[in-house]
Amino acid sequence: MLVEAGHFALALALGLSLIQFLVPLWGARANDPVLMAVAPASALAVFACIAFAFLALTFAYLSSDFSVLNVVQNSHSAKPLIYKISGVWGNHEGSMLLWVLILALFGAIVAISRNSIPMRLQANTLAVQAAVTIAFLLFILTTSNPFTRVVPAALEGQDLNPLLQDPGLAIHPPLLYIGYVGFSISFAFACAALIDGRIDAVWARIVRPWTLGAWAFLTLGIAMGSYWAYYELGWGGWWFWDPVENASLMPWLAGTALVHSTVVMEKRDALKVWTILLAILTFSLSLLGTFLVRSGVLTSVHSFAVDPERGTFILGILILFIGGSLALFAWRAPMLKQGGLFAPVSREGALVVNNLFLATACATVFIGTLYPLALEVLTGEKISVGAPFFNFTFLPLIVPLLLLLPLGQTLAWKRGNFLGTAQRLYTVFGLSLLATIVMFAATYGGPVAAPLGVGLGLYLVLGSINEIVTRSWSKGTPLAVAWRKARGLPRSAWGTAIAHAGVGLTVIGIAATAWGVEAIGSLKIGERLKGGDYEVRLERVIPRVEANYREEAAVLTVFGSGRELGTLETTKRLYVTRGMPTTEAGILTVGLGQVYASIGDAQPDGSIGVRLYHKPLVLLIWIGSLVMAAGGALSLTDRRLRIGAPVPAKAMPPAAIPAE
Amino acid sequence: MVIWIILLAMTAAAVMAVLWPLSRHYAVGRQANPDTQFYREQIAEIERDLGRGVLLPSEADAARAEAGRRLLRATGMQAEDAFAAVGEPALRRRRAASTLALSIIPLLALATYEIYGSPQLLSEPPGARMQPQQAGNMNLLGAVADIEAHLAKNPQDGRGWEVIAPVYLRMGRIEDAVKAYESAIRYQAPDAVRFANYGEALVLAKDGLISAEAQAAFEQAVKLDPSAPKAQFYLARAAVQDGQTDKAKTILQNLLASAPADAPWTDGVRQEMAALGAPEAASTSAPQVGPEAIAGMVAGLASRLEAQGGTAEEWTRLMRSYAVLGQRDKATDAAKRAREALAQDTEALRTIDTMAQELKLTDVQP
Repeated sequence: MLVEAGHFALALALGLSLIQFLVPLWGARANDPVLMAVAPASALAVFACIAFAFLALTFAYLSSDFSVLNVVQNSHSAKPLIYKISGVWGNHEGSMLLWVLILALFGAIVAISRNSIPMRLQANTLAVQAAVTIAFLLFILTTSNPFTRVVPAALEGQDLNPLLQDPGLAIHPPLLYIGYVGFSISFAFACAALIDGRIDAVWARIVRPWTLGAWAFLTLGIAMGSYWAYYELGWGGWWFWDPVENASLMPWLAGTALVHSTVVMEKRDALKVWTILLAILTFSLSLLGTFLVRSGVLTSVHSFAVDPERGTFILGILILFIGGSLALFAWRAPMLKQGGLFAPVSREGALVVNNLFLATACATVFIGTLYPLALEVLTGEKISVGAPFFNFTFLPLIVPLLLLLPLGQTLAWKRGNFLGTAQRLYTVFGLSLLATIVMFAATYGGPVAAPLGVGLGLYLVLGSINEIVTRSWSKGTPLAVAWRKARGLPRSAWGTAIAHAGVGLTVIGIAATAWGVEAIGSLKIGERLKGGDYEVRLERVIPRVEANYREEAAVLTVFGSGRELGTLETTKRLYVTRGMPTTEAGILTVGLGQVYASIGDAQPDGSIGVRLYHKPLVLLIWIGSLVMAAGGALSLTDRRLRIGAPVPAKAMPPAAIPAE
Repeated sequence: MVIWIILLAMTAAAVMAVLWPLSRHYAVGRQANPDTQFYREQIAEIERDLGRGVLLPSEADAARAEAGRRLLRATGMQAEDAFAAVGEPALRRRRAASTLALSIIPLLALATYEIYGSPQLLSEPPGARMQPQQAGNMNLLGAVADIEAHLAKNPQDGRGWEVIAPVYLRMGRIEDAVKAYESAIRYQAPDAVRFANYGEALVLAKDGLISAEAQAAFEQAVKLDPSAPKAQFYLARAAVQDGQTDKAKTILQNLLASAPADAPWTDGVRQEMAALGAPEAASTSAPQVGPEAIAGMVAGLASRLEAQGGTAEEWTRLMRSYAVLGQRDKATDAAKRAREALAQDTEALRTIDTMAQELKLTDVQP
């Protein structure tokens, strides 16, 4: 009964969304506040309906209601509780429901922040948002309905795909979707600005927190996915330039550019048209990512042709929204008032360079991802574009961008002094160069790229520290004063510095993978395998039977420079219901590096294949991403972004200005 | 009934959510102009930055002047934005919007739900059907675990294997069911029903194909009890697979003739006979779900393999499909073509031969 009520709530949400689309748009045309006020009310109601539907499905999973087809296909009564919950979005139908749930949630938040957003902008934004909701609700109801029933009910479920029964993947999709869908708000704001024909610094200030929040979540989602691939697939790699990964990287790159261009727009009232275009493109890339992952195009273009219903529907949504918004852009953008001009050597100039590099990098990923698909569709020829392509195209674009980053961050707004700025970075540059040379000497004969990359990362981290130091301390200032000054810096300044330092940490982690060591051997119990400075000994192999899988666990003792460091356990699992094997890598963290082992099949002579890797500093890749996201979050808490625009000026407490 | 009231209440709440803002009086000038506010703040921020020493006085002057210019512009624009909330047109707009909400929301929701939902399930008393089954489910799983533990300790308990085997079948663990029946036969006295069940599990494990092993089991069952219906039924199918349709019909007819009046399986036998083209049984048979669909799929596979070639697995799948459909000549033909197409690949040839042997397509032996 609850399931049927949930289904009905989804149908109600469709009707409400249609109202949310039509009435506010009309109200904004007629400038009628009563009609515009329908927008927040209906947005909240839509959210309530979809949230109810989602809860109903979750309840069906929790109670193992095998009269629901979706539950039968993706759950099992013996599954641990957390995977019963994550099973809700661990499949196509449920994940699309999560998608619209987040969409509606963002709409609801826009609806309740009514005092900080001008009414017409809010009404138009929610109307655009409703259009997206309608399209996806129709998609869910007609082609991917999670509430389809089976009569008579099945006795037992078919279990969730074992690869997805992992804590990492339980939280990865929600994070990623918050990122993807968060950009829909920027998109809706951009379309609203185009419909209204007005765009200014106020718009940028309103949009920036949304973009920043979406960006931070997307960063976390991508990092989570990468870490999952690292420990679950058992290959020891952390990024494969796989189309699914690229599908999330493209909106991230465009979103990063958007975060930066809205700053220029807010501060200097420039780059307006570009920012609007970027907002549209970012969400278009999110939609493209959804299409690639959800249509089945990636596993094979042919499987898409075999079951074309879903793919064609998302393709239709894609064309409608990308084509529609770009048409709107072409029509209205020339009418927008152009922003101010600025000197090339300035913060905003540097941000334009940043945008150019990021947009180009995004384009290369786009080509590398879609070209093989297009080729397969047109000629039937299968090619694979892998790491070499991206290393030759993506890296040459990103490295100069990273080299310029500390410079741009240090430049002043409006009119910068390049030489003066470079002078402020002398120390940073010198230290990084010195560190690079020292590392190069210490690892002479090893890979050349590693010290260079680590030096680059160090340069970014030091550049960020330098930014905070030079803004709060100059020669002769007592430390206590400098500390107070540093604390008085706007949170967005801290956020910027921290996020950029995070980029540096990630770069260090990536570069250090070149120092990694790999060893493969087949071991009997008691035998040892050496990889670089580390050695493992196979202690024992234990068979185990759990509720929904059987596994063979190999226990390995890890030795480093003659000392025993600890044990790790790596397993091969067989999920009984689906008859599907998986590997669980064993990982021992030593400092920021990791000793990583996975086992293969047992040999006829009783030995067992073991792969051993040592990966120095590998954790920095993900720590850096966390730091990036934390920087974004810190910027979000900046008072300027938190307070709504129309708070009366007298309410601004003078005490907030730090005493100096 | 209760559920319809709930759905009705939900609809009413959704409509009210839209009607409520439409019915309220709008206080004109509720919202301060955000634009002017924004620039005032920006100027205040410039002052703070200046005080803190982040900005030089000359820079601050320039920034203040710029923000001031924008503030003036924003103040000028404010006058254009007078809201139109009162008067006759506004009232008409409200009425139209209310009508829209009152019609679109219930109609669209009900229509959508009617098409895609399962309202027929609502008429049953809530949960009456599901609850006991779920409880049974949990008990069943617990029982399976208990029996498994017991059998791990006493693997020679044939009775235990016999109990768990059909449960495995229902749970979809067919391989396990086959093993369980094997053990049940090994540790217990020969019994016709047991052999027939074992054969059936073997057939399920091979997706409907009656292997030599399964046929032996059914023959064993018939030997123990000549009237064993399940074994006879499958032997008829095996005959169809071997291309002996007449033999199959004879077996089924005998089965029907000797069936007790209330035997539940006679319908199934009649269906089978209808599928074989025996006109006398056609009347009672319901159309089967998908012989046409299956034949279509097999034809698709055949034409693809014909045009593009394929792996040994695909060819054997085609051979087996024909055999299951009773088209032995086509199966033989497919085996021939497969041997031609894969002539270079000795391993593939071996796979094809093994399958041909299993299907008893003797005429394609090299």
